[in-house]
Amino acid sequence: MSIDYSQKIPNNVDLSSNKTLQRALEHWQPAYLDWWNEMGPDKTSTAEVYLRTAISVDPKGWAHFDHVRMPDYRWGIFLAPAEVDRKVNFGEHKGQPAWQEVPGEYRSTLRRIIVTQGDTEPASVEQQRHLGMTCPSLYDMRNLFQVNVEEGRHLWAMVYLLHAHFGRDGREEGEALLERRSGDADNPRILTAFNEKTPDWLSFFMFTFITDRDGKFQLAALAESGFDPLSRTCRFMLTEEAHHLFVGESGISRIIQRTCEAMASHKTDDPAKLRAMGVIDLPTLQKYLNFHYSVTSDLYGAEISSNAASFYTNGLKGRYEETKLGDDHRLDTAEYPVMEVVGDRIITRHVPALTALNERLRDDWVKDVQGGIDRWNKVPEKLGIPFRFTLPHKGFHRKIGIFGELHVSPEGKVISEAEWTHKHRDWLPTAEDRAFVQSLMGRVAEPGKFANWIAPPSRGINNQPVDFEYVRFN
Amino acid sequence: MNDIVKQHLIDPGICIRCNTCEETCPVKAITHDSRNYVVKAEVCNDCRACVPPCPTGAIDNWFPIAPGKPYSLEEQFSWDELPAPAATPAATATSEPDDVARLTSAATAGQGGPAPAPWSAEKPAVNLYNEKGPITATVAGNFRLTGEGASADIRHIVLDFGGVHFPLLEGQNIGIVPPGSDTQGRPHHVRLYSVASPRDGERPGYHNCALTVKRVTEDHAGKPVQGVCSNYLCDLKKGDKVQVIGPFGANFLMPNHPGSSLMMICTGTGSAPMRAMTERRRRMAQKESGSLMLFFGARVQDELPYFGPLMKLPKDFIDINFAFSRVPGQPKQYVQDRIRERHDDVWQRLNDEHCYIYLCGLKGMEKGVDEAFRDVCRQHGGDWDKLQPQLREKGRYHIETY
Repeated sequence: MSIDYSQKIPNNVDLSSNKTLQRALEHWQPAYLDWWNEMGPDKTSTAEVYLRTAISVDPKGWAHFDHVRMPDYRWGIFLAPAEVDRKVNFGEHKGQPAWQEVPGEYRSTLRRIIVTQGDTEPASVEQQRHLGMTCPSLYDMRNLFQVNVEEGRHLWAMVYLLHAHFGRDGREEGEALLERRSGDADNPRILTAFNEKTPDWLSFFMFTFITDRDGKFQLAALAESGFDPLSRTCRFMLTEEAHHLFVGESGISRIIQRTCEAMASHKTDDPAKLRAMGVIDLPTLQKYLNFHYSVTSDLYGAEISSNAASFYTNGLKGRYEETKLGDDHRLDTAEYPVMEVVGDRIITRHVPALTALNERLRDDWVKDVQGGIDRWNKVPEKLGIPFRFTLPHKGFHRKIGIFGELHVSPEGKVISEAEWTHKHRDWLPTAEDRAFVQSLMGRVAEPGKFANWIAPPSRGINNQPVDFEYVRFN
Repeated sequence: MNDIVKQHLIDPGICIRCNTCEETCPVKAITHDSRNYVVKAEVCNDCRACVPPCPTGAIDNWFPIAPGKPYSLEEQFSWDELPAPAATPAATATSEPDDVARLTSAATAGQGGPAPAPWSAEKPAVNLYNEKGPITATVAGNFRLTGEGASADIRHIVLDFGGVHFPLLEGQNIGIVPPGSDTQGRPHHVRLYSVASPRDGERPGYHNCALTVKRVTEDHAGKPVQGVCSNYLCDLKKGDKVQVIGPFGANFLMPNHPGSSLMMICTGTGSAPMRAMTERRRRMAQKESGSLMLFFGARVQDELPYFGPLMKLPKDFIDINFAFSRVPGQPKQYVQDRIRERHDDVWQRLNDEHCYIYLCGLKGMEKGVDEAFRDVCRQHGGDWDKLQPQLREKGRYHIETY
């Protein structure tokens, strides 16, 4: 169970017993480090960051904290412990022993799934690489870097699967993962949301709260896979992913706290006055929420999908918490409600559940996002401020699926192109909104100090005080 | 009585409901509903396997409770945040050492027992260490605050707790047990000292706290006597080890909501909690705006602890009113005289529901201050006897005298 750190590549998969695989990964390692140095956090190679490193995959060794230089972080290959006699738990292979090798007929599908997941990991590091220069505190800077090194490790996790189970194709995919670049016109990352910019910390927190939560649900669905190495890899990644969600949820919560404090003490809800005080007014936060929520919703794909159906039937990708659900795990006859647009009305129709698995995973994600929004809303509530954050309608600002060609208001009304053009500035961040948020982004890097627009956290990392020196500069 | 039982609880205000703890728990002691993640007290075996994987720190709470009376799952499901440990009288009654209870009761007798904490006060941790299991602190510094010529020797002593969990809020006390035994061969009684540093430590980033200690050389009647604990503390050298218990006190706490104001009245070493609160506000800068007003009495300027640093604070940050009672050639001035002089501002603060009032120092000042408030009220058509119980009930008036 413990991780062998004496190896060039720390791992708990007995890498040294498979020399071919070991050599292939040791060949990929310097290419990865080159990528990190070129595209990882900007101008930080000598900073010592208080990072969490797994020293074993059992709970006790899970979180070892120390100051390390990021290029020296021990990226490696960690799989959750194997489950004895694990079976394929859904689809037409239900009840068969889980596969330890890739079944030939699913090889290209599984490779595509793994590459698509793997591509998001370096993409987010690239999207966030300049944020260290404008961090609101050392605490936040440390959290950013923790997220970054763990996304890097998630790339390792996926590349391990590609190398170990997909031969030469897998190795080529591993190299391509280091060659694509977020936002590059010629060689972009695979998914649209991962080519968007993360230009400021508000975007970063929204991204980790909303988009990393898509990661959580995708990983959770893959953790159910009948392909056991993928399942074990994803289970361990999920434990790391939780920290990213925390960074986002608490980050926005602290921004709301700071704004609400300013509103309460100055008895105003006038965005202009609040902006003049250097805090982010709540309607602007709502606009950012609308943006990130709608863009991320597209990542789940079309509501009705035959691909999703075959992933399920073939036992490759399950539902969220598949094994905790009490049905036949085959979905031969089950139905699921999906929205449909008739004229200018949005109605709900029942379709075969098997074809609606994208929508189902999206709904699980929506519920989870809503839980976080409810917790954010406790902040203004506690300070006696009537504002509440709400999630826009599922059809709002979508590019993919049944709403892709339509305009839908946040309240869920199908509207004309003209009305959209007229109103969208009230719903999505405008260039002025973004410029204002950008104007607040100055670097605060003194222990215990926080930028004016964000409240300090109520607790430090690993029980350290909030003013701990989370990042040391040399 | 000192039998401390601790219940493992998850802070719903920090938890992000990621399910990691429930997934990790080897004995299935953690469960959840649509609102909260909670710990089944009867199942949790304190193995702490859930602690390192928790991404938020929300999991890491161990609350003292009365034996056999844990918070039920229903209670935990209903929380938006953890309750203040002091909200359970049973909990403190069973875990607060007898000596501490006796001292607290004497210190707050002037207002009929402790007033409730301000509603926006941070949740204090209490009774983490008792005499059976004290925490060892290291002396990081010991400086004389009073002038060389002054008759009183008041010291600023900094204790460092290293990496051990010992959270403190402004207004809380720690207990010191002097080593050795009395003439009867019994261990010395515990002494309580109010911390003079804010919650993030005397030096931010270091897990330490400051005390303001006056070397006792005579008793209240002026009879020569060597205070056991104060002399022990005042003689400590850098690097010495001290046995500490606590933290104690869940009431004499500062408000934390924006716009809340403080009116602080103290003499001598009663300035310790006032310094802590003032320093907290200074470090929070504009984050907890609200006015600060201080009435501070001493015999002469040289005997007034923290006189220099106080004078350096900007006038628009804190409104300072000194009263000296032994300046040759000048009439005796007491804090109550200053309160009367500033009656307009004092009256306004007595009636501001966001202003919290703290009184700390020698028992003798209590009566004078009470009279001064009565006069201020009378002058403005109010009734102190009606107002005082209301202030107390709302946690706006706190007394700690000795």
